[in-house]
Amino acid sequence: MSYLPLLGVLIILLGFALKWDTFAVVIIAAFVTPLLAGMSITKVLTLLGQSFLDNRMVSLYFLVLPMIGLVESHGLRQVAINAIKKLKRATPGKVLSAYMLIREVLNALGISLNGQIAFVRPLVAPMATASAASYKLSDADKELLKGRSAAVDNLGNFFSQNCFMASSGVLLISSTMKSLKHGVSPLQIALYSIPFAVITFILTYVYNYLMDKRLAVKEEA
Amino acid sequence: MFTQYLSTFFYSLLGICMAIAGIEAIKDKSNPARIGTGFFWFILALLFIFGDLIPKAISGALVLVLGLLSLFKQVKVGKIAEIDASRASEYAKKLGIWLFLPSIVLALSAILVGSLTNWGGQIAIGIGAALALIVAMIETRAPIKLVYNDTQRMFRTMGTAGMLPQMLAMLGSVFTAAGVGTLVAKAVSGAFPTGNKLLGVTLYCIAMALFTIIMGNAFAAFAVITAAIGVPFVIAQGGSPVVVATLGMTAGYCGTLVTPMAANFNSLPVAFLEMKDQWGVIKQQLPIAVILLVLHIILMYILAF
Repeated sequence: MSYLPLLGVLIILLGFALKWDTFAVVIIAAFVTPLLAGMSITKVLTLLGQSFLDNRMVSLYFLVLPMIGLVESHGLRQVAINAIKKLKRATPGKVLSAYMLIREVLNALGISLNGQIAFVRPLVAPMATASAASYKLSDADKELLKGRSAAVDNLGNFFSQNCFMASSGVLLISSTMKSLKHGVSPLQIALYSIPFAVITFILTYVYNYLMDKRLAVKEEA
Repeated sequence: MFTQYLSTFFYSLLGICMAIAGIEAIKDKSNPARIGTGFFWFILALLFIFGDLIPKAISGALVLVLGLLSLFKQVKVGKIAEIDASRASEYAKKLGIWLFLPSIVLALSAILVGSLTNWGGQIAIGIGAALALIVAMIETRAPIKLVYNDTQRMFRTMGTAGMLPQMLAMLGSVFTAAGVGTLVAKAVSGAFPTGNKLLGVTLYCIAMALFTIIMGNAFAAFAVITAAIGVPFVIAQGGSPVVVATLGMTAGYCGTLVTPMAANFNSLPVAFLEMKDQWGVIKQQLPIAVILLVLHIILMYILAF
């Protein structure tokens, strides 16, 4: 057995690292790898077509888009913004943890907001900073609060998205496991995603709590 | 048989939406790549509606054309009309929290169909999406023209990025068929013994995180690492596939948290928030990422066996 097909993995690594067109890199790697394994062009194209069809279910999450588009054009974003604005501005940590909870619940319902652009920049980071108004924040603290706001959005987003069974991640897992002959249903995947959505929330809550403590101690000193 | 027809129906529905996106992309005169973008969507529509009838080699060639269109920058999102702000704020006031109702209907009906029938997840999602759309149409009293418009807007905004997950899954299948998984497994098993369950779980979770750090994309790492390590080192020892796969993917996300390669998540916010430290977001995520990765190893070991 030749090790040539491993060059396919190298194409992906290089292509992603050098920031080539991601979509094209993936298809080129899918075309070149079986060629290197010694398949004929016709066989390779057949394999490509078959694999595309076998994995159509991953794109099923598009079916949710007409509904999301419709509620979006009827003010979904405004409602979410209003809800976040109503958060009690007790401390920066509490604002961020409450935002994370909202983010996780919405994600589990399949509402994947563009958090960093639509919420963190205009809303969450300024609110976290504003709620620390009574503290004497150094420049490093302000920088920390910005970084923490972005981090909380990522943490909430990543570890709750697979709780929604029609998310692209769940469908990708299900489809890949099917082709590896160990099929698992999207519903089961969503179910087993719940523990880490909860664990990540608890961890982040404690993490934010500790940050509040530290900022408050600084104020007294 | 019934579920076969139903899933063909849902794929065809998807294909029709893609064709609509293609028509609207071609009509967008401001887009210099409007012809290529139109073709991109039409080819996808063809593959989704008639995929089962077209000879596989031709489908494969069409997939290759999709890649070439993207490679030569012929697929662009173009100009997409903004949401009508006055309608949005009017209905935000009128409906408020009820705007989340369609999403709740979607989640609940998909879970119900998925657990009460044996039709499979795809049908459950299709039915859920259809019901949710109907609820949304009723509560917004949106004219069909608006539904059409929102659909093409959403599809066109997704572009090649939206199709990427399926392409990565396709790559995974191709890698498996070309024996890439077996090759990596052979290389890895040269260095580590296969018999030990805890070692297998540790190896798999760390490899998922590492590959994701290098590639910046857990989806891309998943197919390769699961075939190469997840299956031979964990599932073959009796590990439950659903636990291994689900936690394997999120172990990869621990890598996403600490890699500058995931620019959307870790670098763009630095720019948006006008931060001084390029690593400012990653530094905040690093402690949690490390703890989460350790917890993934522990929990996978406990739950999978």
